[in-house]
Amino acid sequence: MRLTLKIWRQAGPDVAGDFVTYQVDDVSGDMSFLEMLDVLNEQLNSEGKEPIAFDSDCREGICGMCGLMISGLAHGPEVTTTCQLHMRSFSDGDTITVEPWRADAFPIIRDLIVDRSAFDRIIQAGGFITVNTGAAPEAHSVPVPKANADRAFDSAKCIGCGACVAACPNASAMLFLGAKITHLGEVPQGQPERDSRVVKMVAQHDHEGFGGCTNIGECSAACPKEIPQDVISTLNKDLRTALRHGY
Amino acid sequence: MTETPSRPLVHDLYFEGTPIKDTKAPNVSIEQMWTKREFDAKLVNPSNRRKLSVIIIGTGLAGASAAATLGEAGYNVKSFCYQDSPRRAHSIAAQGGINAAKNYNDDGDSVYRLFYDTVKGGDYRSRESNVYRLAEVSAKIIDLCVAQGVPFAREYGGLLDNRSFGGVQVARTFYAAGQTGQQLLIGAYQAMERQVAAGTVTPFTRHEMLELIVVDGKARGIIARDMVTGALETHLADAVVLASGGYGNVFFLSTNAMGCNVTATWRAHRKGALFANPCYTQIHPTCIPVSGEHQSKLTLMSESLRNDGRIWVPKRREDCEKDPRDIPEEDRDYYLERIYPAFGNLVPRDIASRQAKYMCDDGRGVGPLVGDFRRGVYLDLGDAMRRMGKEQLAEKYGNLLDMYQRITGENPYEVPMRIYPAVHYTMGGLWVDYDLETTIEGLYAAGEANFSDHGANRLGASSLMQCLADGYFVLPNTIRDYLAGGPFKPVADDAPEVVEAQRSVQERIDRLLSIQGTRSVDSFHRELGNVMWEYCGMERTEEGLLKGIDLIRSLRDEFWRNVRVLGSADTLNQSLEKAGRVADFLELGELMCIDALHRRESCGGHFRSESQTEDGEALRDDEHFLYTAAWEYGGDEPPTLHKEDLVYYAIELKQRSYK
Ligand SMILES: Cc1cc2nc3c(=O)[nH]c(=O)nc-3n(C[C@H](O)[C@H](O)[C@H](O)COP(=O)(O)OP(=O)(O)OC[C@H]3O[C@@H](n4cnc5c(N)ncnc54)[C@H](O)[C@@H]3O)c2cc1C
Ligand code: SF4
Ligand code: FES
Repeated sequence: MRLTLKIWRQAGPDVAGDFVTYQVDDVSGDMSFLEMLDVLNEQLNSEGKEPIAFDSDCREGICGMCGLMISGLAHGPEVTTTCQLHMRSFSDGDTITVEPWRADAFPIIRDLIVDRSAFDRIIQAGGFITVNTGAAPEAHSVPVPKANADRAFDSAKCIGCGACVAACPNASAMLFLGAKITHLGEVPQGQPERDSRVVKMVAQHDHEGFGGCTNIGECSAACPKEIPQDVISTLNKDLRTALRHGY
Repeated sequence: MTETPSRPLVHDLYFEGTPIKDTKAPNVSIEQMWTKREFDAKLVNPSNRRKLSVIIIGTGLAGASAAATLGEAGYNVKSFCYQDSPRRAHSIAAQGGINAAKNYNDDGDSVYRLFYDTVKGGDYRSRESNVYRLAEVSAKIIDLCVAQGVPFAREYGGLLDNRSFGGVQVARTFYAAGQTGQQLLIGAYQAMERQVAAGTVTPFTRHEMLELIVVDGKARGIIARDMVTGALETHLADAVVLASGGYGNVFFLSTNAMGCNVTATWRAHRKGALFANPCYTQIHPTCIPVSGEHQSKLTLMSESLRNDGRIWVPKRREDCEKDPRDIPEEDRDYYLERIYPAFGNLVPRDIASRQAKYMCDDGRGVGPLVGDFRRGVYLDLGDAMRRMGKEQLAEKYGNLLDMYQRITGENPYEVPMRIYPAVHYTMGGLWVDYDLETTIEGLYAAGEANFSDHGANRLGASSLMQCLADGYFVLPNTIRDYLAGGPFKPVADDAPEVVEAQRSVQERIDRLLSIQGTRSVDSFHRELGNVMWEYCGMERTEEGLLKGIDLIRSLRDEFWRNVRVLGSADTLNQSLEKAGRVADFLELGELMCIDALHRRESCGGHFRSESQTEDGEALRDDEHFLYTAAWEYGGDEPPTLHKEDLVYYAIELKQRSYK
């Protein structure tokens, strides 16, 4: 198929960017979206033009490194990551716009690449269980009911890609945050720090410039790992409990 | 390590040097070794630790766990990764699980059995002392991960579930659905971020190590490029740990992530660290086949599918283009079941891979033509569908089958899946002693980056175990013995070794940007990958390897004359990043071929056509090759081979048989 791409080009963080239109021929349905961009980049390189910068690493939907706004949808039209989106989801003659994630807390570095280090700082604020190497009790000393273990796992599937933020009109990171709060809150090992964790992580979230949640639900719809919106309810409940406990 | 080269050997390709010995393993029985080493390793007073600094390259399971643990102990740690967050290291992609000798199922597992299985699985080419220690600390890994909140699969009673994996007869594999690597890495990442908050670990993301700084024979720092600004930074420390992962991307197509590279370990090799068994490569039999020239990487389909799927190709070449559903039973060749009636579809990875290649070489491969070749065999779930029904099949493999459908556009419940082998793991790496120290003092290697515990072949679920054993439990205990020798003489920013390292990195970048040739970096990488796959892949011959070496040399020569890297050095420049990595792969590829050429035996993942039994099985030659091959960089001269003899005290040597 033959496609028209309108791609955001921006040489650096502090310069203005703009859309540039490219034509790609001979796109096969078996290509992933990023392989299609690889082909375009080879084309640009041979024309002596600088290739388009975009992030990716595992290319199998698990590392969370990739992430593009594709015709207005975070990760494009399927429920998956950009790297796992394949060109058979598009048709001959389509025009596709490609943009980076847009959020104040994710500044653009170059072209389609943004800085998501705010997510790391949210984890630093409390997204862990305090245990030193060497201090762990025998694994079977605390059984975990299967239902809790399963919900913990379902929340821990988050890959930290940031699509939830990009999709949210408020640029809120509540889905990402709620996923971590729920993961650690569902296991017995996470209980001692449950109150302080949620308070510190929410404070960091706000400090980074992410917006508040107004229950629009775009985050869950865009999430490639289908993290459900109810993790945000868990987050709010935990926050209320913590405040009641005097945090 | 340097000595005057003695006599050139085979085809003028390398010199034979003096043998090496691991001198750090205490001379006691294998069960007491680690306890004694931990006790003998000197202690560092907690108040002095802050003054001692360690650089760790890599934030995968090995690097993140080491950073967290050394940070907790109070050392001053700097952590580097090339991704935008430590959590994205390629360990995240591991699917199957992690082994540990917990014996929760009372099925006869033990530290000794895990040790035994690993040595046997490695085809008797690993070092006993290290493997025993790995098995010994394995149980503690699970305890720690559970305490960190890692959501392993559990049974209804709330206890941990296990499965059996990779051709062993006990259930010792812990898992979290098909995302075990992700969950373990998130655990290690969170532990590391806790130390970032505590101020003991400083993270440097989007930073790529491009050179090692060695002063007075000791590793004292690195040159790293800030991949956002392009600035070259000098980081000095008292010790350096390389946990930079494997080098499977030398094949261009592999199951590794796009950025996986050999640069960190190769730069150390060039500075004097020996590189061990570079030719030991693991090729995984069940990956999604290449679909066209645009292919950028390959995706693994968990091996567990071989439990329920039957592997076949058409008996006749004419049938290869047909819809497989139209090929009647009697025209199908279930070749694994035919050749290996006892193990059938469950033969070990290397055998399954090689047989698939033979079928395709015979012109009976299936799927699209790539070039003039069909690279694929069927993995047919038809029988399982009839036996279990769609629902049960989906419950067992749903995620995998969805991923397959997403990538290929074919429905695996209805059409037989197509699979083909792909490069998956590299057993070779920097040579390390019992302490995980390389041949450069103060330089350590952990995880897939070292030549590790897996000999010539790694068992499923054993890499995650090794990475976490190295990072949480082994390295922090051995490196303190070295650090206790401090305080170390400070290195000045303008010391000649530092200036020289800065200069050489700058010069290399300038050179890459100034060539302005006609071919892209990817085109060189792809061509190198084809050469490696053809001549240093699943089956190796003397003739092919010699040809491969010639091809690599001329490709390398062309690269430095004709590569086109656009853009500048002082911005984010992905072509430049790739160019540096491919330049190093072009050197490594040659050493891999030389290693494969010199090892005129077949063992584990290394199959030399000249060394096989009458029925085409790998034939080891213990009389001549019972050693680890550790290579010393030769610069413009050929490399020098140092042999570490493998001595088995606790285990008896045997030939494998799966017929
Ligand atoms: C698809 C797949 C599935 C697998 N499944 C399993 C499984 O089920 N069980 C199992 O036991 N094993 C499995 N393995 C193998 C296992 O995942 C890896 O061997 C292991 O995770 C490697 O971990 P590591 O810490 O050594 O390196 P990695 O996780 O690869 O991390 C390397 C780190 O080094 C950094 N780095 C590299 N070069 C540089 C540089 N020059 N400068 C700065 N930083 C650098 C990277 O940024 C990264 O942080 C699988 C592998 C693959 C590819
Ligand atoms: S919650 Fe979903 S969309 Fe948001 S970061 Fe996690 S995986 Fe990505
Ligand atoms: S590149 Fe890893 S999730 Fe897309």
